[in-house]
Amino acid sequence: MTTEAPAPIIDVQGVSKSYRRGELVVPVLHDITFTIAPGEFLSLMGPSGSGKSTLLNLVAGIDHVDGGRIIVEGVDITRLTETELARWRANSVGFIFQFYNLIPVLTALENVELPLHLSGLSRRARREHALTALDLVGLSHRLDHFPGQLSGGEQQRVAIARAVVTDPTVLVADEPTGDLDRVSAGEVLDMMARLNRELGKTIVMVTHDPRAAARAHLKRHLDKGVLSADDPSENPD
Amino acid sequence: MAVPFSYSLRNLWTRRMTTILTVAGMALVVFVFATILMLAEGLERTLVETGSADNVVVIRKGSASEVMSGVERAQAAVVEVQPEVAVGRDGRRLLAKELVVLIALPKRGNGKASNVVLRGVGPASLELRPQVRLVAGRLPRMGSSEVMAGRSVVKGFQGVGLNERVCCGLRDWRVVGVFDAGNTGFSSEIWGDADQFMQAFRRPAYSSVLFKLRDAREFPAVKARLETDPRLPLEAKRETRYYLDQSEIMAKFLRILGVSLTVIFSIGAMLGAMITMYSAVANRTAEIGTLRALGFRRRNILIAFLMESLLLGFIGGAVGIACSSLTQLLTISTLNFQTFSELAFRFTLSPAIAAQAMGFSLGMGFIGGVLPALRASRLNIVDALRAV
Ligand SMILES: Nc1ncnc2c1ncn2[C@@H]1O[C@H](COP(=O)(O)OP(=O)(O)OP(=O)(O)O)[C@@H](O)[C@H]1O
Ligand SMILES: [Mg+2]
Repeated sequence: MTTEAPAPIIDVQGVSKSYRRGELVVPVLHDITFTIAPGEFLSLMGPSGSGKSTLLNLVAGIDHVDGGRIIVEGVDITRLTETELARWRANSVGFIFQFYNLIPVLTALENVELPLHLSGLSRRARREHALTALDLVGLSHRLDHFPGQLSGGEQQRVAIARAVVTDPTVLVADEPTGDLDRVSAGEVLDMMARLNRELGKTIVMVTHDPRAAARAHLKRHLDKGVLSADDPSENPD
Repeated sequence: MAVPFSYSLRNLWTRRMTTILTVAGMALVVFVFATILMLAEGLERTLVETGSADNVVVIRKGSASEVMSGVERAQAAVVEVQPEVAVGRDGRRLLAKELVVLIALPKRGNGKASNVVLRGVGPASLELRPQVRLVAGRLPRMGSSEVMAGRSVVKGFQGVGLNERVCCGLRDWRVVGVFDAGNTGFSSEIWGDADQFMQAFRRPAYSSVLFKLRDAREFPAVKARLETDPRLPLEAKRETRYYLDQSEIMAKFLRILGVSLTVIFSIGAMLGAMITMYSAVANRTAEIGTLRALGFRRRNILIAFLMESLLLGFIGGAVGIACSSLTQLLTISTLNFQTFSELAFRFTLSPAIAAQAMGFSLGMGFIGGVLPALRASRLNIVDALRAV
């Protein structure tokens, strides 16, 4: 029997990116090529400044490549206009940030509802979706709390609910446990693993934490603009 | 399809100290703006209500008001026999030959002298002016030295109360009645017998002739006849028009003053709103990056921040208009530049003024907010997200 690899959900082809700092051009990524299969849980590690966040931002469609192509679910997102890209993000990507990035003036429920304002759903449907998502992360008892009234771990769980409420195929997470204590970090990682396992979400997670990386199926290492499939234990940061 | 409205509203509430200060600045400007327009409106209304549409005022050609006018007895007699003049129930013509004299009286409070209109009236004068109603005492007898004083005069000047004596024109005039003429200019006058005043003040001619038309549509005909008669150097105006003309210069002056003054003030309020909004954008840079990452577009961000500054303008406008509406409780008096006499009136808030003031305030909010909102909408997503 031949095991045929499924068509990749994320296909990064020869991507390069550099930043301009005044006169100076700082190359960050050079000719990066890799694919991610649907339902994959990938962790991206590497030293600080190696370009992990940059790569993640490109895949998530909030930054623009200098060269190369990024194809997600068959769509070449490097060719989309800004408006199309915004709509694509609203439908296809869920974001999880290191500092949660909840809107402080909105309650937990309203924060989770927020992306649905771009969906054309009715008020009631929005509310139902948001309640379901919050239930999924175990925060049904914190609906009317503002972010400032929640612990870091709870805030990150609200953020996870917000990331999945639109039912995107891909979740991107940039150091999702970077600001959490060990217990909360464990909860957040459990939750992400569950989303991957039970709902089939493809997850790309940037992390410095080997324990977090260990939860992923696949580990990649980025150093000096070169991506390798190294085992991080052989190549510690 | 947009950032929810509550997002803008709650952000204002979250930084309420800044919001209150910014709103206070805007409210102050709106207050001044609305109050000056209300002043012009009140003045205009007082003078317009003073007249009625089927009354005709005849004065000497080229004189802006009765004070400068003179109508000789013979000329007045010609006016009296015009067929368009209405006839009263008692069979007499509804026509009054009147005399206007200015006298100086000490004001209440500071005792400074100010001009008051002394109007010599005829038997038909009261019927021609239904707004004038006796509220105390009795009507002065014709052929005597009795007078009645308008309510505003009684309130604003010394020695004009009931049964007091006003001394002027070589005679003492006894106040036997007080009348109210509502919001009109007559409330600022003292009325007595025209012929007595002519003797006492040695005036050979009347100031004006006032009559009621038997049919308001006949005005053009009587006007044409009177003004083309070579014996008569006279001019006929509808009474409403006559008083409107009087208020015009003053009202226009007030409006120009008010608008230019507040436009200058508003620059300060707009800068205040702009600073507030720029700092809001700076404080919420990461939040803007997050919203953009979630899929909100530049336009959504622009609208959300513009909404915030428009809300500032709206609240400022509402507070400013509410405060200015309180001035309606005041009665103020000013010099009528056309007659050089005191005229009492009220600030009048019309729906049009409220709408203009609100528009002005929203305009301030818009202008103050547009640049910060543009900056917010133009932020680069990745740079904004790094601003945690
Ligand atoms: N907007 C920018 N302008 C200029 N330089 C940038 C910009 N964004 C990133 N860089 C530079 O690109 C390089 C890669 O940055 P990136 O944030 O991707 O690193 P990272 O691997 O995520 O690091 P860390 O682990 O510290 O988060 C760094 O040298 C950084 O200074
Ligand atoms: Mg990073």
